[in-house]
Amino acid sequence: MKFFSLALRRFTAALPALFIILSGLFLLLQLAPGDTVDALVAQVGGGDPTMIEELRKYYALDQSTSTRLGDYLWRLVHLDLGQSAIYAKPVAEVIIERLPATLLLMGSALALAIFFGMTLGILAARRVNRWPDSLISTLGLVCYAMPSFWFGLMGIFVFAVWLAWLPAGGFGTVGAGLTGVAKWLDIVWYLVLPTVTLALMFLAVYLRIMRASMLEVMTLDFVRTARAKGLSANRVLVRHVLRNALLPLVTLIGLQAGTMLGGSVVIETVFALPGLGRLAYESVVQRDLNTLLGIVFVSALLVIAINFIVDLLYARLDPRINASH
Amino acid sequence: MRFLRDYAHSPVAVFGLVLLVLVIFMALSAGFFFPKNPLGLAGRPLQWPLSNPAFLFGTDHTGRDIAAQIFHGARVSLVIGLIATAIAILIGILIGALSGYYGGVLDDVLMRITEAFQILPNFLLLLVFVAVFGSEFQTVTVAIGVVSWPPVARLTRAEFLSLRNREFVQAGRTLGMSDARLIFREILPNALPSVVVYSSVILAIAILLESALAFLNLSDPNIPSWGNLIGGGRNVLRVEWYISAIPGVAILLTVLAVSLVGQGLNDALNPRLQKQ
Repeated sequence: MKFFSLALRRFTAALPALFIILSGLFLLLQLAPGDTVDALVAQVGGGDPTMIEELRKYYALDQSTSTRLGDYLWRLVHLDLGQSAIYAKPVAEVIIERLPATLLLMGSALALAIFFGMTLGILAARRVNRWPDSLISTLGLVCYAMPSFWFGLMGIFVFAVWLAWLPAGGFGTVGAGLTGVAKWLDIVWYLVLPTVTLALMFLAVYLRIMRASMLEVMTLDFVRTARAKGLSANRVLVRHVLRNALLPLVTLIGLQAGTMLGGSVVIETVFALPGLGRLAYESVVQRDLNTLLGIVFVSALLVIAINFIVDLLYARLDPRINASH
Repeated sequence: MRFLRDYAHSPVAVFGLVLLVLVIFMALSAGFFFPKNPLGLAGRPLQWPLSNPAFLFGTDHTGRDIAAQIFHGARVSLVIGLIATAIAILIGILIGALSGYYGGVLDDVLMRITEAFQILPNFLLLLVFVAVFGSEFQTVTVAIGVVSWPPVARLTRAEFLSLRNREFVQAGRTLGMSDARLIFREILPNALPSVVVYSSVILAIAILLESALAFLNLSDPNIPSWGNLIGGGRNVLRVEWYISAIPGVAILLTVLAVSLVGQGLNDALNPRLQKQ
């Protein structure tokens, strides 16, 4: 129960920002040349003026902008995202179809980035300014500077074309008719390259912050006390240093949730994954602004949710911080 | 002088600077070495690098000189990156300064707006801008700047919060200085160094954003962008992988150079951190 009231409070706190995003984007889209009716008419290849007038009335496009904005926000409250022009389905339905692939990709990339970022960061901090540290830090810098889509393409060339170890793209073998565990394993197989590609940049960032915060925490008094008590180096590291050094990393995960969603647009396009990011790209190319707006709305909700989870984690790691604040 | 010595102390930072100078040299000399339109037909398509002395890096799938596109692309990346960074820093400083200096309701409103921009994935916002305003060179540049300012605003605001009640500001206030003078002449110069150092991060991200947009074919097709070339080479990746590989290395080295120089500046300006 406490969890739900907490979640509700956090969501309420995010409402002003959400309102700014939605009304801002709605007004922005008013500036786009052409409206829904133009798109529809263009699709059927022209129509007579009276029908166009009727359609405008049907979609309430003859109303003032402020009325329509109010209408739009009211419909969003009911989670009605409108109709997608190119898929001829409600936007909500299209998005829900595409959500699993993106969540799977983001989740696995995040797990990979956190695991290796932490491990490498700790290794670098333990051997600070010696060759393992230099090697790991350099690797981190290179990963950070690497355009992810380029790494993805090179990955496809090396692992799919040249070595033929991994599939080049897609989300499961087409027409294999697999079920149960076999189907999941197949999907995992297809997700290996995209996951590594998306994780790389975040791995670099996590590695760097992990190393820095480990070094900082190691100089603190309580670590010296722990050592003085005669604890083994590993125990000091795991029980005392690591737990405190994790806080900046956790903060960063929340801050970068949006960047990761943005990154998945490019990755999903490179690997032809049927996810939210690819949908965003398709709707830009095909000028399906309704769908684009819906995706932005859902992404904003996702980022807010991720930040909420991060705050809960934060409170778990550091009891001094109260999550309800 | 002291600063230069501090900077030169780190070999990695010097390496970054050399790399950056090289990229700037490529951008400046592009017109000299490759005076012809880099997007024009240059020779037989799909010639491998080093196979023809006229084309050091070979030609792409439509017979354009890759080396020419790399040199002119350096210009595009740097120009878009620098202008977008300048825009982001201007907006960020303005919002952060007003928010930190005045506080209260203004701070609340401005911070909600900043939050809104931070909640939105910035690449997605960039896509919306491109969908609405088109993908001309100028639009893309401004759009990249407009999605990149929130961290600058937060940084500036934090600096202003810690500076606004210092003695020198109070002294200025007692002297009857105007708010504008206090903000821009007294506080801002003290807040600026950390913002300048952070701008290298913005520049690096701006270059990556532009290349990703160009890769998706959503940037201006009439300029020789590295991302465009990678996107074009994608269709012939299975055999002629070098078309995508070469511009990717160029982006990697440029972003690496910018990050290393930024890090070097940071270490040289904050000698406290060096001891770690």
